[in-house]
Amino acid sequence: MIAYIVRRALYAIPILIGVNLLTFALFFFVNTPDDMARLHLGVKRVTPEAIASWKADHDYDKPLLWNSQAAGLDKVSDTIFFRHSLKLFVFDFGRADDGRDISYDVSNRMWASLAIALPTLLVGVLINITVAMMLAFLRGSYLDTWGMVICVMMMSVSLLFYIIAGQYLFSKLLHLVPISGYAPGFAAAKFVILPVVIGTIGGIGAGTRLYRTFFLEEMGKDYVRTARAKGLSEVRVLFRHVLKNAMIPILTGVVVVIPLLFIGSLVMESFFGIPGLGSYTIDAIQHQDFGIVRAMVFLGSVLYIVGLILTDISYTVVDPRIRLQ
Amino acid sequence: MFFLLASSAASASWNDPYPSSDRGKNILYASFRERPKHFDPARAYSFNEYNIIAQIYEPPFQYHYLKRPYSLVPLTATQVPQPHYYDGNGRQLPANAPTADVAYSVYEIHIRPGIKYQPHPCFARDQDGHYLYQDLNREQLRDRHTIADFPHTGTRELVAADYVYQIKRLAHPKLHSPILSLMSDYIVGLRDYAQVLRDALGKGGNEHGDYLDLTRYPLAGVEEVDRYTYRIKIRGKYPQFRFWMAMTFFAPLPPEADRFFSQPGMAEKNLTLQWYPIGTGPYMLTVNNPNLRMVLERNPNFHDERYPRGGEPSDEVAALLRDAGARLPFIDRVIYSLEKENIPRWNKFLQGYYDKSDPSDILAESFDQAIQLTSGGDTELTDSMRARGIRLLTSVGTATYYTGFNMLDPVVGGYSEKKRKLRQAISIAVDEEERISIFLNGRGIPAQGPIPPGIFGYEGGCAGRNPYVYDCIDGKVKRKPIEEARRLLAQAGYPDGRDPKTGSPLLLYFDSPQAGPEAKAVLDWTIKQYKKLNIQLVPRVTDYNRFQEKMHKGNAQIYRWGWGADYPDPENFLFLLYGPNKKVGAEGENASNYESSGFDQLFERMKNMDDTPERLVLIQRMLEIARADAPWVWGLHPKEFTIEHGWLHNNKPHNMTHNTVKYLRLDTELRARKRQQWNPPLLWPLGVTFALLAVGAVPAVVTYVRRERQVRR
Amino acid sequence: MPFKLIFLWTDILIFLLLASVVLFALYARRHEHLRVPWRQVRRRPLAMSALVVLSLYVTVGLLDSIHLQRRLEGATAGQAHYATNIESLLDVVCSPLRERIEKSYSAPLAMYAFSREVVPRADGRMSFEYPRLRFGGAQLRDPSERGTDIARRIGFGLLLAIVTFVLLASGVVLSIARRHNDSVARAVARLARGDIETPWRAILATTGILLSLGCVALSLAGGYHILGTDQVGQDVFYNSLKSVRTGLVIGTLTTLVMLPFALAFGVMAGYFRGWVDDVIQYLYTTLSSIPAVLLIAAAILSLQVYIATHEESFATIAERADLRLLFLCLILGVTSWTSLCRLLRGETLKLRQMDYVQAATALGVGHIQIMGRHIAPNVMHIVLITVVLDFSSLVLAEAVLSYVGVGVDPSMNSWGNMINGARLEMAREPIVWWSLTAAFTFMFGLVLAANLFADAVRDAFDPRLRT
Repeated sequence: MIAYIVRRALYAIPILIGVNLLTFALFFFVNTPDDMARLHLGVKRVTPEAIASWKADHDYDKPLLWNSQAAGLDKVSDTIFFRHSLKLFVFDFGRADDGRDISYDVSNRMWASLAIALPTLLVGVLINITVAMMLAFLRGSYLDTWGMVICVMMMSVSLLFYIIAGQYLFSKLLHLVPISGYAPGFAAAKFVILPVVIGTIGGIGAGTRLYRTFFLEEMGKDYVRTARAKGLSEVRVLFRHVLKNAMIPILTGVVVVIPLLFIGSLVMESFFGIPGLGSYTIDAIQHQDFGIVRAMVFLGSVLYIVGLILTDISYTVVDPRIRLQ
Repeated sequence: MFFLLASSAASASWNDPYPSSDRGKNILYASFRERPKHFDPARAYSFNEYNIIAQIYEPPFQYHYLKRPYSLVPLTATQVPQPHYYDGNGRQLPANAPTADVAYSVYEIHIRPGIKYQPHPCFARDQDGHYLYQDLNREQLRDRHTIADFPHTGTRELVAADYVYQIKRLAHPKLHSPILSLMSDYIVGLRDYAQVLRDALGKGGNEHGDYLDLTRYPLAGVEEVDRYTYRIKIRGKYPQFRFWMAMTFFAPLPPEADRFFSQPGMAEKNLTLQWYPIGTGPYMLTVNNPNLRMVLERNPNFHDERYPRGGEPSDEVAALLRDAGARLPFIDRVIYSLEKENIPRWNKFLQGYYDKSDPSDILAESFDQAIQLTSGGDTELTDSMRARGIRLLTSVGTATYYTGFNMLDPVVGGYSEKKRKLRQAISIAVDEEERISIFLNGRGIPAQGPIPPGIFGYEGGCAGRNPYVYDCIDGKVKRKPIEEARRLLAQAGYPDGRDPKTGSPLLLYFDSPQAGPEAKAVLDWTIKQYKKLNIQLVPRVTDYNRFQEKMHKGNAQIYRWGWGADYPDPENFLFLLYGPNKKVGAEGENASNYESSGFDQLFERMKNMDDTPERLVLIQRMLEIARADAPWVWGLHPKEFTIEHGWLHNNKPHNMTHNTVKYLRLDTELRARKRQQWNPPLLWPLGVTFALLAVGAVPAVVTYVRRERQVRR
Repeated sequence: MPFKLIFLWTDILIFLLLASVVLFALYARRHEHLRVPWRQVRRRPLAMSALVVLSLYVTVGLLDSIHLQRRLEGATAGQAHYATNIESLLDVVCSPLRERIEKSYSAPLAMYAFSREVVPRADGRMSFEYPRLRFGGAQLRDPSERGTDIARRIGFGLLLAIVTFVLLASGVVLSIARRHNDSVARAVARLARGDIETPWRAILATTGILLSLGCVALSLAGGYHILGTDQVGQDVFYNSLKSVRTGLVIGTLTTLVMLPFALAFGVMAGYFRGWVDDVIQYLYTTLSSIPAVLLIAAAILSLQVYIATHEESFATIAERADLRLLFLCLILGVTSWTSLCRLLRGETLKLRQMDYVQAATALGVGHIQIMGRHIAPNVMHIVLITVVLDFSSLVLAEAVLSYVGVGVDPSMNSWGNMINGARLEMAREPIVWWSLTAAFTFMFGLVLAANLFADAVRDAFDPRLRT
């Protein structure tokens, strides 16, 4: 098991290098060091000397990938790519282009992202399981048909619309929760409710539909029929056997996304003014802050890979027949 | 969910975004849209930065809060000094000496004794008088992440040397002060000083990073005369320099602070002057979390400053003089919350959770709700707003937004009569009045030239109109009819928008950095304007970077840009058309690359004059030249509207200064009452929803029961 | 010719796609194993209703994909000059809608503007009032006639719809009667009972509803802005129609673009295994581990740089917007091919062990032939299911991307741009609800129909592939 994890982790290294090279190339094409300098020096009275000295200060005056003028190892290390990208591997995110320490910001903002994403996931999964089980129980009846139609309808609504309508209704008309904002600690509760409710409602359609198929698949299996033939009531069959077995695909699906919760939701966070990593990323894209974007891409990839490994492990946990080699 | 709701609703308003412990306190609530980048006074140069640091840093002068036109009054200085003039041989000249004779001007500034800095760890000393936090190593810094993690603080008296120190910092090569190159032209020795510092710093820096003890390097043009007096020597005559000295670039900075923040390990934790300002002003920044909020706390060491006694006649009516002579500031704390989206900001204002809107906050979308035009064409608040006790304050901003032609462009540029007529024709066709009414809801006035109202040289009415675009009919300024534009276009060689030789339509390009939902509407509208002349306009939309690059290379054709005043002087607007200030080649701010020898000569004469009738004549002649050449479609000057709640007092819009928080006063009791009254939680819709869900579950239960029965059978 | 045809990149691809769909349909007709599941789809009333709705959208989208430039009149030197703006056939059809531009907002079916203005009155005084619209309801002298006028137009529209519907329905009835050798009366009865293999009852009902909506809209649009106008006074109904093409292009071209890669790589990885598999797995893990939004943002920003540096190659806004749309499809394709690729690889691994593939290998058939003949056709159902399922999520993704600022060009009509703009309108008082509602309704219609249709396709092609 441990050997497996180590091997997978090692396998991640070339992937992360690839990710790094790709983002580096893309963003450098978009945003040359001159652009960055100009962006950070402001609008009024920017001179070429100021741009040059800004670049020198931030190590952007070097060649991109290969420094032919340097000697020995410096040919590789005295370049923009090396100075700005490779440190990521030791999770040294460096500084944002405005001088802030990215690691400090990330570790601070992570919790705000989690405060939204985790309850949304948990509440969402709970509700989806409940509704899906109900529909599976009532399969074939008109309630099932209409339930599915409603699910498809809910899926067909853009998340943006849920957010706009939710803010309008709950905050503006009903005065129930603050429109936007955030406070750390327990005070976060009143800010978190609305995004969580909206996120959950937005996910019900797709989630319920998916989970219903899991349940139906299990219910078609022989052991369920046997249990039923033994005279167990439908509800007991459902809770005893079907739910237990259907939890396997549900849980493995959930495990993959858990690491990504840290990154947060871009749209939710910027609509609700939540200082999480999602809004951090959007800001960085809009301000073209290369350092932050690079760090977030890297973090995202790492978490994704962690998610994959976790999924594999969770398979072995729920189903002991599977062995990792 | 009910449980959570109930727990957060222990007190009155459920949607109150602030902690209940702050309720009823003397706190001003404001917002910021983007995290400010620089709080270092040598760097800060934009409104959102000034909004904060102007409350903290105190330059020697400030603008009078109430008087208009804008006039300077002393802040930490004892008076606003008149410069002494000297010729090349160092002989003093009389005050009315001709500009050409003046080689140097010297400003001698006395500051008031007894002014103290805010409490700050950089001043903290132990019993023996040694600094507590000036010799820290990385280990000692390990658990300190913000300035609040240093428990001990101290203070010190403000001295003239601090002002000198800050002027030296403008030349620091690592600070990239935006005004360094401008000031190097004026302050004697500043350019050489920058070189000296660059050499001293060496290429790789020294053991203290970028820290240089500037007190050891003298600057020729700036000297400390005595403990409370310093002197600045300026090349030639530059009356506008006094305005610069009212900006935070010239605020005092204690060398201890610079040293404190330069200790190794500080910068890595964002412990820098960029992040933690230190000043003598009425407030100090205690919380700086740009992801969430910034908090200004009253400075306990603030010197004795009084609310101004005199003002404009209208101030009496507006109840702006009730606190005359009272000690400033009135408010204990200011909380700026991050609010990126317009709609939440506006709604929170309406719910009473922000005390006033910033001028930029009243966006067109919420405008109809708040403001209406009266039958006389004036603006006033709607009845629903007035019923809430909300007030409206208006002022014309000292800014101009214009559509520029790149004068280097072969199609729209050039100075021949034909090209001039082409530009004039377009100037008539682009209906700025309509732009103001559609996109600004009337919050602007069409520009007749570069100079906005409130600045010397601006003239209203028929006399001040641009005769190439506007007619004077019955004493009213009216845009010329579109037929006139068509006629001009025909004379320019494009009858009906076509090149008569080839028959091909005139194709122009519009360079715009605009993005976002508004952009499409504005672009569509712009295309429509040129369509009136049958000109085909192709917008080239890029991001702001690319736009700037295009401007620098002179590749743009028609573009839209703006300028906000640094100081209330016409020079600050007319220099946007001054030839040697071109963007291409000279890296100046003349984005149209306009160059007219007549204009330039007049500019050089005008720029150093006082506001005399002779100066006005020169300005009028310059405007005439520029209007005929039409390098810009003179766009509009924005009107700035602020709306505030009835519980906020003493607010008067001021376009030149930002240190106005100290004048404001709050009626917290009224605020608490209104907030409660405006935000009653409505629960019945939730109840109805749950009831509906419960009803919806009935058929499910029925089906369930029926099935169970079937199974049993 | 008074115009010349213009082929934008996406136009070409759309027609290519259309051609391949037609070819596939012809192919499927002749092959039993494909015909059976399609017949199953055809039996489902809900799916067929959805198909009717979808084909309406597709018609609008295709009309909007034929572009032309009008010739300018009065050329002197014998040489023809064309207008710089590109129009589509839809623009020509809807030119009244497009050209009747008001000054600013107006509510659906309004005669007065949304906000008040200072208007000079006859006696020279100024008054502050809601001005009449230039076009909306301009045919009415007396404002009080509006109600009757609208009722009259609705009535006319319904009448038109009924007439058309009766014509259509009788055509259907006749063909049923002929096919089953029935009398007309019995055919009607069968139709009403739903006792036919193809659910004509549902199809006709849907068509009827769409017809009445369309005819009423048509008849009202002659005199009013049926969905109001936006900030610069453009008709919202027209904007919504124009957005249809954007939605369709994003939903279809993205998959078209990614399909060859996903198919080739997926099958190759599963078939060859070994280092080929490793390389391909590396590729898709790398790509899918980058957060998609960031990748898209980077790509779109680079495109902007490219456009800014190659300005001369884009004469019109339409071409520029079109390139951005295409690029968006490409990059969305890059981010979405990985999941399909993984599915295909797994399926190929299974198929490889099948007897007939083993036999073919033993007989010395070439690799390419085996993959093309034996494996690719047998994974097609996965491809088809993915394509139809992806469609709706891509349409929804467009809106979110536009919000982030990396969606389609701001000058292009799209539901995302409409929703994005409408965000600001929600703060107005009285609220400007029509842009948002229009975008929502049109988008909802398309996505719902696509989802319903996709469900049926999935059930028909692979009942067990339900995840």
